Amino acid sequence: MDWFENGWGLSLIVFLPLVGATLVLLLPRKQERVAKVTALFFAFASFAAAVYAAVTFDLDSSASFQFGTDQSWIAAIGSRFHIGIDGISLPLLVLSTLITLLCIVYSWNHWPEPHNPKGFLVLMLVLATGMNGTFVALDLVLFFIFFELVLLPMYFMIGIWGDRTKIRLPGFKREVETRLYASIKFFLFTLFGSAFMLLGFLALYFKSDPHTFDMVALAQAGQMGAFAGAFGGWVFAALFVGFAVKVPMWPLHTWLPDAHTAAPTVGSVLLAAILLKLGAYGFIRISLPILPEQAQDWAPAIAILAVIAIIYGSLACLAQTDMKRLIAFSSVGHMGFVMLGIATLTDIGINAAVIGMVAHGLITGLLFFLAGSMQHRYHTREMSRLGGTMKLMPVLGGLLAFTAMASLGLPGLAGFWGEFMALLGSFNPLDGLSLTVFRTAMVVGAVGTVLTAGYLLWMLQKVNLGEPPAEWAGKEWHDADKFELAAWIPLVIAIFAIGVFPKIIFGATDGAVVNLIRSAFGG
Amino acid sequence: MVMLATLFALGEQTGHEVAQLSDGGVLAQWAWLIPVVPLVLMFAIVFFGKRLPMKGWELAEGAMLFVAVYGVALFAMNANEGINYEGSIEIARIGSFTLEWGWVVDGLSIMMYAVVGVVGLAVFTYAKGYMKGDIRYTWFFAAFTMFAGAMLVLVSAPNLIQLIVGWELVGLASYLLIGHYWEDHANNAAATKAFLVNKIADVGLFVGVIIIGVTVGSFRFTDILNAVADGDSALAQVAFWGGLALFIGAMGKSAQFPFHVWLPDAMAGPTPVSSLMHAATMVTAGVYLVGRMFPLYQTDGFAIDVKAIMIVVGALTLFLTGLIALVQDDIKKVLAYSTLSQLGYMTVAMGAGAYTAGLFHLFTHAFFKGLLFLAAGSVIHAVHSNNMSDMGGLRKFMPWTYRTFLIGSLALAGIFPLAGFWSKDEILASLSFDSSHDGGTLAMVVLVVAIAGAFITAFYMARAVYLTFFGEYKGHGHPHESPRVMTYPLIGLGVLSIVAGFANIPGVFTGFTQWLAARPQVMGDHHAEAINFALAGIGLAVALLGIAAGTRLWKRDAATQQARDTFRIPVLYPVLANKYYIDDLYMKGVVGPIKGPIARFTNWTNTYVIDSVVNAFGAVSVFLSRIVYQGMDQRGIDLAINAVGSATGEAGDALRYTTSGKIQEYAAALFAGAVLLVVGFLILT
Repeated sequence: MDWFENGWGLSLIVFLPLVGATLVLLLPRKQERVAKVTALFFAFASFAAAVYAAVTFDLDSSASFQFGTDQSWIAAIGSRFHIGIDGISLPLLVLSTLITLLCIVYSWNHWPEPHNPKGFLVLMLVLATGMNGTFVALDLVLFFIFFELVLLPMYFMIGIWGDRTKIRLPGFKREVETRLYASIKFFLFTLFGSAFMLLGFLALYFKSDPHTFDMVALAQAGQMGAFAGAFGGWVFAALFVGFAVKVPMWPLHTWLPDAHTAAPTVGSVLLAAILLKLGAYGFIRISLPILPEQAQDWAPAIAILAVIAIIYGSLACLAQTDMKRLIAFSSVGHMGFVMLGIATLTDIGINAAVIGMVAHGLITGLLFFLAGSMQHRYHTREMSRLGGTMKLMPVLGGLLAFTAMASLGLPGLAGFWGEFMALLGSFNPLDGLSLTVFRTAMVVGAVGTVLTAGYLLWMLQKVNLGEPPAEWAGKEWHDADKFELAAWIPLVIAIFAIGVFPKIIFGATDGAVVNLIRSAFGG
Repeated sequence: MVMLATLFALGEQTGHEVAQLSDGGVLAQWAWLIPVVPLVLMFAIVFFGKRLPMKGWELAEGAMLFVAVYGVALFAMNANEGINYEGSIEIARIGSFTLEWGWVVDGLSIMMYAVVGVVGLAVFTYAKGYMKGDIRYTWFFAAFTMFAGAMLVLVSAPNLIQLIVGWELVGLASYLLIGHYWEDHANNAAATKAFLVNKIADVGLFVGVIIIGVTVGSFRFTDILNAVADGDSALAQVAFWGGLALFIGAMGKSAQFPFHVWLPDAMAGPTPVSSLMHAATMVTAGVYLVGRMFPLYQTDGFAIDVKAIMIVVGALTLFLTGLIALVQDDIKKVLAYSTLSQLGYMTVAMGAGAYTAGLFHLFTHAFFKGLLFLAAGSVIHAVHSNNMSDMGGLRKFMPWTYRTFLIGSLALAGIFPLAGFWSKDEILASLSFDSSHDGGTLAMVVLVVAIAGAFITAFYMARAVYLTFFGEYKGHGHPHESPRVMTYPLIGLGVLSIVAGFANIPGVFTGFTQWLAARPQVMGDHHAEAINFALAGIGLAVALLGIAAGTRLWKRDAATQQARDTFRIPVLYPVLANKYYIDDLYMKGVVGPIKGPIARFTNWTNTYVIDSVVNAFGAVSVFLSRIVYQGMDQRGIDLAINAVGSATGEAGDALRYTTSGKIQEYAAALFAGAVLLVVGFLILT
């Protein structure tokens, strides 16, 4: 299938959801079933194409971009339609298409108020195009467009289908609906970051000779020292703000708990599973290869912020009473491990970051699914009112226990590798980086794993165990239904498979990561 | 005895040659089945167990039978020719590191396979009777099989990464089993405590594994220990910290002071769990790890200084926890504290450089402690209470339980010729040897502590025996002997508790020493070449003295027995009853503040510090844009000054703006700003 390998395959993966969105948009609003089937079909087609790409991907040359094409696009500014995937983007692309598909399956009969499946599906599919596109783009303009394309659907998802509880912000008199505050905060925060990122991209364009937005060409130029000195420092800072907001890194994380808590279930899943990965992916794909020298200057600072996030996120989790908000805060800590891995600038650390991202996507995605389904049944997320879920709904409770164990980094499940290898990487970071900083970070990060275990076990104790409180007695409970199970079981299997046989991920990433480290840092 | 006397000689020898070892043939090549079969059957129990005639027990029993037979077969083969085999498959490659799943078949791991299999078989058989009618019978056996399987993953690991995997899975299984009756939050608290205390110690394990693995460039034990043998200078530099960190990890699993607090609480689980946990799996893991890495601690220039820490930690554990056992009323807690104390002995032995002695005590202890817990479970099964104040006089009702418990107690107390006598004597001899070599005064002091500990052990076991089996029955109902499915395992373990010690009689039969030495590296430990009659005599004498004192205090008079139940000493009693206040210190001094004020403060900063900056940023920009719009564009500059006057009100209104969907305005403003900045930037550079 030559056509598949010459760019058409990736284009299908990226744009099939968009085609689906257009078709759903054209359907009359009453045709819910047709809309659902259409959306499911296109999401599945995109996933199937991604799986086909993964199967035919040449693992022996995972460092080179495959399935790519490089077409003239906006000739006036030299921006080209340059796409391709290597071993780093492949797992994330498959993850993205899988999560989209599972979200549509889950949504089948779980529509948040105010219903309107048509609108919701359109947004989900547009979101999928944005996410998939970000992982295949090799041109900065293309990357930026996809990166920003993600914002609007998520903004509307939170703003329209989100939590309607009223909150009062400190320092303000009026009350405001959570969904409105959260959606605008999410949008503006990210846009704030994106503005800086765009600045950085433009600066790179004008500085490069000949002017180009091509990531591969820019990386080569950067590794020859084209962006050395103060110029590069400013550009790195600009990109840093853009990506750090998205990850999110402490202290730019505060949009995350609000957005995750307010978003409808599927929105939280997509946010946690994929959107957070865009930032970390940006660091690996753009910042490190193009600005290697500055990356080394910034690495200790990133490591310090990362361990602050690990400890801070875990401590904040311990204070939560809202189950969904607890899971949201846990992302801050887990992404801290990912960033710690990246900061080491070693092959181990970046491999750890990629597998950590995939694992976090699977695990935290599943956690949000479960939290959403519990809220659907209990109509509350207050953990003090919950208890004994194992007794009321054993399947749901059992899955929550399993996922919590995966989230705390239990070996044999996916979460372990990212966490442990990130710590491993920070013992011996890239030559020239401060050993004191990184080894301290290693020990502090290891302490963070204790806190992580602490809040997850306490959550299990409150939600799952004990006798159910009196308020739930005598009610009828429906354990996980078949749509829920259809959406969750693939995640459970993937968490197991990656945990037992991490080569599923490392087999793809290792070659690409080693090549990245060698060409950018010579290590 | 004549033969013993003729072999009497006060000689000790350091180190020995690595014997010619066999590769174990087919039996070793297929030994990967040992951890895999229980794990696979665990899944089978989860998915199909309820549909089987015996509700999944048969699969669990089958798994343990398999491990026991395989383990004993390897044990016999190892005794015959000495096996050293290592198999592995690659599960991932990252940069220069290879992650492997493998299995080690050497003297040390074979001993563990056999112990886990044999004790596990007894406990699983017994559990069929004990757990009869349990609400989660099938699930119990699934988790129990996983417990044993995880331990076998740990023991079979040829590298530190797989060891961590097994290590953590053992922790998970123990969490599930301790919290088996999760309807009661007290049990959940115990399960969480066990998991978290182990997790804290695991920080040490992780750090140690990373330090040593990265420095050597490999996580394989063979590579690491070869680096030690070759005197690798890079490893030598970090060996102290790496070895110490690993030992901290070992202290968690093997419940050494100050990480011992989880083990007594772990009694919340069903008794068969306690039995397996205290005998063959989990608590032995730490000692096993030290044994596995032994040359690192024993070789000059490496982590040899950690041994002093080890010996002190072990001595503190053995003495302090032994004292607590004196004041317990719960029969399982008496045994739990005695386990802590015995683990202290094993750690002391390792600290004294006695690889064989420490692991020999692990070996014999597995049988008699497994036995004691099962016998205690049999009693609990009969009287429906854990408290010895509800027991008494059970000798008449439960003859087999009584006999086997007595055998276990005598073995634990170290009475000749039962198993505990030989292994404890070996530890005392090693301490004596160490005190005249590297250990010096410290080892001498610890030797005295260890002898005192032997007295305490005999004393509290005498107390437990008398309170439980002698005097008048004080509980409710009519206790009766347990069914045969429970008594047969007791008898089996009872026999082993008698004979296991004969595996290593210095100067007569040193089989165990050689079996355990079947490893590719020289362990470099020292072990007795002959019986030290003086020390053996002292050890036996204090044990008998302890029993005599116990008998004097608790035997005498059935009527006043209950009044004597608690061993009252002013000052010391409250300290012991409150476990030296260590649990309180942890809860109020560490866990409480972190869960409470520190966590709340962190969350507070999120809302009131970081977010207030964010909200203020939004409010100010809306406010400014309004000044620009209304002030300059609409009404002129002077009105803008009024706007400043009503700033507070304006700030409140800001939110209305942020929430009314004026996204485009922001977007436009931001991008306009971005373009301006770029232009300015380009002009400047």
